[in-house]
Amino acid sequence: MTYFDNNVQQLKYEVLSEVGKLAFENELTPEKLMGVANTVIPDGNPRMRCCIYKERAIVNERVKMALGGNAKNPNVVEVLEIACDECPVDGIQVTQACRGCIAHRCMNACPRQAITVVDRHAVIDKTKCVECGRCVEACSYSAIIKQRRPCVNACKADALTIDKETKKAKIKEEKCISCGACVYRCPFGAIMDKSFITKAIRMLVESRNNEVYKVYAIVAPAFASQYPNIPQITTEKVVTAIKKLGFHSVIEAALGADMVAYSEADELVEKGFLTSSCCPAFVRYIKKNYPDLVENISHNPSPMMQMAKVIKELDPYSKVVFFGPCIAKKAEAHQEDVSQYVDCVLTFEEMQALFNAKGIDLVSMEETPLDNASYFGRIFARSGGLTEAVAEALKEKDIPKEEFDCNPLVCNGLSECRTALLKAGKGKLAENFIEGMACDGGCIGGPACLNHSTKDRTFVDNYGKKAVERTIGDAISIFENESKQ
Amino acid sequence: MMNVYVCIGSSCHQKSSYSIMKELKSLIDENGLEDKVSLNSAFCLGHCAEGVTMKIDEDIITGVGLGNIEDVFRNRILKVIR
Repeated sequence: MTYFDNNVQQLKYEVLSEVGKLAFENELTPEKLMGVANTVIPDGNPRMRCCIYKERAIVNERVKMALGGNAKNPNVVEVLEIACDECPVDGIQVTQACRGCIAHRCMNACPRQAITVVDRHAVIDKTKCVECGRCVEACSYSAIIKQRRPCVNACKADALTIDKETKKAKIKEEKCISCGACVYRCPFGAIMDKSFITKAIRMLVESRNNEVYKVYAIVAPAFASQYPNIPQITTEKVVTAIKKLGFHSVIEAALGADMVAYSEADELVEKGFLTSSCCPAFVRYIKKNYPDLVENISHNPSPMMQMAKVIKELDPYSKVVFFGPCIAKKAEAHQEDVSQYVDCVLTFEEMQALFNAKGIDLVSMEETPLDNASYFGRIFARSGGLTEAVAEALKEKDIPKEEFDCNPLVCNGLSECRTALLKAGKGKLAENFIEGMACDGGCIGGPACLNHSTKDRTFVDNYGKKAVERTIGDAISIFENESKQ
Repeated sequence: MMNVYVCIGSSCHQKSSYSIMKELKSLIDENGLEDKVSLNSAFCLGHCAEGVTMKIDEDIITGVGLGNIEDVFRNRILKVIR
């Protein structure tokens, strides 16, 4: 059974599973760790690259990442240099498909007269070419292509560059927001996120079946769209599987999202203009590129942090692990204000690897209910969800339009965020609330989602509709009803 | 101070624990016991199949529902306090 839509994730999953197995059995010895490469890449023909020795060498780099990566590098995203295929950076090129036609639309389209025809084949003078791409559009045979390195192309934060000498991909740390778009897009899996699975496993083992302390799992609302092509795997079965890993309780981050929707509405009314704070990549993007707009970032914690805080207040000795589609959340959890509540962040890829490590077969699991939040908390997982929830919060709080008229802008993906922030910086933004999601589609498009499908949004909305609580107020009423400390 | 916990885990939630909590709060307020009873939520007190589960100080009570919450309040909270 394959959970992923590409082989890079499959390979990562196999490495994480092997390391996970060793961690559960308390066998993270150098000898056993060195054996992982031979298990994942057995003798025989190479799986993907030139030879099994290169493949094993790369697996070893992945094992290092599975163990937490380079501690001296604060970024949770790292380039695995030996895995980088040094994809060509030749930009615009005329391919063999050029038939040396008579029309020469390419020549005529070029604003710099960079194209000539030599021996019935179009030739681009690279000294004149400005890579505008008009010739690419003009050719009737699509014979001219624009070659972009997938990593550079994926990065909308302008944080990926190519080392001039080695031709390897290099992350510009001052620009990188750890969104992980490059991790997902690199066709050779040469960029990877650090994993903290061994830390999570140690927490579980040392809890001694939740006797010494309880370990709670918070799951992101994107949870609902992870297995769209395997209907036998219901969210309730995945909850049972998480408990079988050793967690005491599974709780929806969506309940934290419900709480955030209410506080976001309050803060909006108070301040008049806000940018959302639940997407850590978006927050970092503002901090690194638009320092003047930092004061407009909502002071509310993210749903992950909010939910973790609730749990720690209810059970101060507990350990809290978050499961999500997000790589930037790993960076968020390293922040001082967040790390006091969230002990470890894992991705859904890593969750699936842990199931594999413990031999847990999802299909055969019994069902355990998961129902803490309202529809509005659950839809945070997709673009536009947060905005809908804030609008609902304003409605539930009976805030009249005269007092505050919410005029939101939903920014789907980092490029849209950039456009909005540029306008806001110049004081030309008409809207008073920016929902910024760095990933396309919102969290359901996250780099560590098991799959990326057009069905995902529907899955999230349908899951939202299954929630017992119909309003945000009802979902968070439990906290209102508690005695004040 | 009597510490009362109502489980707000998923299974108990589906058995109306949120409403039970609301009801308990009303009962506590109506009887003027805010200073004597601390009402708290808890994530999973176990006994999920026999929910809703509550805990009063060190005692676990299972099988709580909207139908018997008043009795539970009277017998296990009101009587004990007074």
